[in-house]
Amino acid sequence: MSPALLSALLTTAHVAVLLGAVLTAAAYLVWFERKLLARMQLRLGPNRAGWAGLLQPLADVIKLLCKEDVIPAAADRTVYRLAPALTALSAILAFAVIPLGEPVQLFGLEHQLVISDLSVGALFLLGLSSLSVYGVTLGGFASSSKYALLGALRALAQMISYELPLGLSLAPVFLLAGSLSLSDIVRAQADFPFAVLCPVSFVLFVIGALAEARRTPFDLPEAESELVAGYHTEYSGMRFGLYFVGEYLNMLVLGSMGTVFFWGGWLGPGLPGPLWFALKVGLFCFVFVWVRATLPRLRYDQLMRLNWRWLLPLALINLVLTAAGAWLLRGGV
Amino acid sequence: MKLWRSIRGTLDAFWITLRTLFRRPATIAWPEKRRAPAERFRARIVLTRDPQGKERCVACYLCSAACPVSCISMQSAEAPDGRRYAAWFRINFARCIFCGLCAEACPTRAIQMTPDYEMCRRDPLSLLYEKEDLLIDGPGKDPHYDFYRHAGIGVAAPRGTLPGERPPEDPGSLLP
Repeated sequence: MSPALLSALLTTAHVAVLLGAVLTAAAYLVWFERKLLARMQLRLGPNRAGWAGLLQPLADVIKLLCKEDVIPAAADRTVYRLAPALTALSAILAFAVIPLGEPVQLFGLEHQLVISDLSVGALFLLGLSSLSVYGVTLGGFASSSKYALLGALRALAQMISYELPLGLSLAPVFLLAGSLSLSDIVRAQADFPFAVLCPVSFVLFVIGALAEARRTPFDLPEAESELVAGYHTEYSGMRFGLYFVGEYLNMLVLGSMGTVFFWGGWLGPGLPGPLWFALKVGLFCFVFVWVRATLPRLRYDQLMRLNWRWLLPLALINLVLTAAGAWLLRGGV
Repeated sequence: MKLWRSIRGTLDAFWITLRTLFRRPATIAWPEKRRAPAERFRARIVLTRDPQGKERCVACYLCSAACPVSCISMQSAEAPDGRRYAAWFRINFARCIFCGLCAEACPTRAIQMTPDYEMCRRDPLSLLYEKEDLLIDGPGKDPHYDFYRHAGIGVAAPRGTLPGERPPEDPGSLLP
């Protein structure tokens, strides 16, 4: 077999395995969240389907697939159908650039543990997170329902606003790493993870990530108590499932971003790289759930004030100070 | 200072949720584990019998009048010895709210609440309990209470036959 064919086959297998692993991880993230949230509220959580409710995600998927797919009469049918796919797609695509470890030798070929090591991988990730706004907003607009519309409006404003501190919190990392390639950023953290070097950036990133993932305390777009289910109120069946999976994939993406940018990706003693990576992402997910169990939802004006009056100036000051610090450390002038 | 208090208040909450994570859940996993309800728990309604093993119910309609959701219905009848009883007695448990007002209204301690709360059915008609479903063999709470021993009727002699008594009026008759 020629090396080119083998390499193509390996990449195809890699994509298939990664897709399966990521979707399974997202499904079990739902289980993980329900279980953890339940224990933090002194409940048991899902425990009927399989041992400790481990088959619950599977049962949920089967249920969603069997449900009727309702499209409101006044909905914009094309957009309504496409929007959930857009959300899930933008989350899945992000895994193409996230490096899971050092290159490995497979069948005499060097195989990268990342599908495409883009030189602007970080920009690609930020671009995709902007794109996921479309899935949410278009879904909400196309439903022609007041709750969905309000949810979409909130999501639009929130996600565009919080992209600024999210992007700015990453800028110091790019400065210190001197590259936008995710693999290079990870390798630049061989001595210290960037969370230690720029803790302010890290805190800003976590807050921005919570807002980008539309999770408590920033879950205004779907606020159950006010908007039924927000932008996906009218969705049912697997279309709702796609939104749901997209949301949890988004959590994984943001966890992976945090791992790559701030906690040194696959780097770690003892264990193999991908395992370290998974552990760190799991820790991020734990923090996301922990925050959900703890904090109440912000009010809309509080959300905007927090962003524009606190996070954004803080991110700008942080960027300037980090740049100055890096400049001085490298000898100035 | 206000900012400091806000930050501390936020972080404290995180400590509380983390601590709670390691506590035992308060949930009781029914049906594997069942909790014994309190003695005076108000659930399935029964009709009890007096110490002699006869029906306590005198079909006075007080329970059905007290019932806020009108789920109790009956037809009264009278035995030859003057003792009243319910010809049929029906409780619609699909409607019952287990408020216990019927048991409170009952002058003869016939209708009583029991702690048996597991009575969910798929078919609402199977929740229609007739007299034979409701009657139990024992006296339930207050085991020595016997209404007819106090009232005398049906125990000493049929109604209107004791010295100084007149036979009962027939309210349907027009004769003086």
